[in-house]
Amino acid sequence: MRAEKFTVISAGHGGGDTPATPRNVPHKGGDANPTAAALQARFGSTIARVDVINGETTVIVDRDKVHDIVQWLHDEPTQSYEYLSDVTAVEHRDAQRPIEIVWHLRSIKFRRFIRLKALIVKGSALSICSIWDIYKGADWLERECYDMFGIQFTGHPDLRRILMWEQFKEGHPLRKDFPLRGRFSRSQQLENALAANPEARYSMEELSIVDAYEELPLDMRRRLLGGEKTGE
Amino acid sequence: MGLKDLLNAGSDGTHGDATSMVSMDARPNEPWVTTKLDFLVNWGRANSLWPMPFGTACCAIEFMASAASNYDLARFGMERMAFSPRQSDVLICAGRVPFKLAPVLRRIWQQMPQPKWAISMGACASTGGMFDTYAVVQGIDTIIPIDVYVPGCPPRPEGLIYGIMMLQKKVMNERMNGTSREEMEPDPKSKLYIPSSRIDELSEPFGNSVHQTRSAP
Ligand code: SF4
Repeated sequence: MRAEKFTVISAGHGGGDTPATPRNVPHKGGDANPTAAALQARFGSTIARVDVINGETTVIVDRDKVHDIVQWLHDEPTQSYEYLSDVTAVEHRDAQRPIEIVWHLRSIKFRRFIRLKALIVKGSALSICSIWDIYKGADWLERECYDMFGIQFTGHPDLRRILMWEQFKEGHPLRKDFPLRGRFSRSQQLENALAANPEARYSMEELSIVDAYEELPLDMRRRLLGGEKTGE
Repeated sequence: MGLKDLLNAGSDGTHGDATSMVSMDARPNEPWVTTKLDFLVNWGRANSLWPMPFGTACCAIEFMASAASNYDLARFGMERMAFSPRQSDVLICAGRVPFKLAPVLRRIWQQMPQPKWAISMGACASTGGMFDTYAVVQGIDTIIPIDVYVPGCPPRPEGLIYGIMMLQKKVMNERMNGTSREEMEPDPKSKLYIPSSRIDELSEPFGNSVHQTRSAP
């Protein structure tokens, strides 16, 4: 067998058209992700700005057009952002700076990463369109963002707290005006926490036995339906 | 505490003298012993404490190391980890407890049958440690009564074992008819084991959570 018949297959860096790990990336500037130009061509003035920081492209978009833009990035075959890796928010200490909502999207097909940001000016309604209908994985990410920042995602099917317990009355902990130790005194916090019923937090949907519901004994079914509201 | 100590227990513990008691004992050649019931019961309890591990964070890893073969908690009668609170004697809380978990910890404590003890393992469980935040209980002694606090972050297995031996000593000193075995009752109004005013006072030096301004813009 002649040696020319073999093709060298190299995983990761260096080989053929597989992209190599970028080196000596400047802190600011550099080549933007080609998606940014495509977005500007397609959506025009709704794209406010494109930044490249540490080789990562951040696109600042109009807060009302987020859903359309994400939908396009997801559906367009030349972009194909099929993976949502995060939804979060940033609040700056400077009270004048707007709150940023951040989406991290990844295209596995083209090996691209893009970060979208929408700005919400302080004082306006903290609400933004949910992208749950595009990426089902946005469900918990948006719940966390709501829990920590109090941002309402319109169109989310079940927007409630995910990390803090539902009876938590002190607000949204990652907001800058939230005191590190919470708003109540230590004893008050303890009393509130102990008044909670640990079993009341689980809904039928969260119990994995929901499929086996019909086969459960009658008393258990009755308990589950009642939401275990003992002692509250 | 070996059986030899048991035989020599206290001033009332005497070796049976078979010849003088012959009329009471049908089998005069077998040895017998008298001792205090308190002593016998405590001896049994102290040497078969079954722990209920309540591991919530990094301290639990150190607890596992203490239970594993190198340090071998089984030497102290903790042969069996009781993962059911109904079959355990000592709750070992290893790790920080967030407020979300506080009612769970309280319920587990209530599910344990008497007699029961609790060890608070590590800085976080005992005081909240470095997590002086909105989410973490500042010392679980506010929600359950604690017998032994083990300091450290995390305590080494030797530290935990020392704490366990201190608990065994405490168990040995309990009396059936005294007040030492009564369970501490929480304050009926706030349901806390430390008065509310005291808890707020303790959190005061760094600014009570109501007054502290650390995050003001
Ligand atoms: S005391 Fe230290 S090791 Fe233990 S739970 Fe707290 S941080 Fe972790």
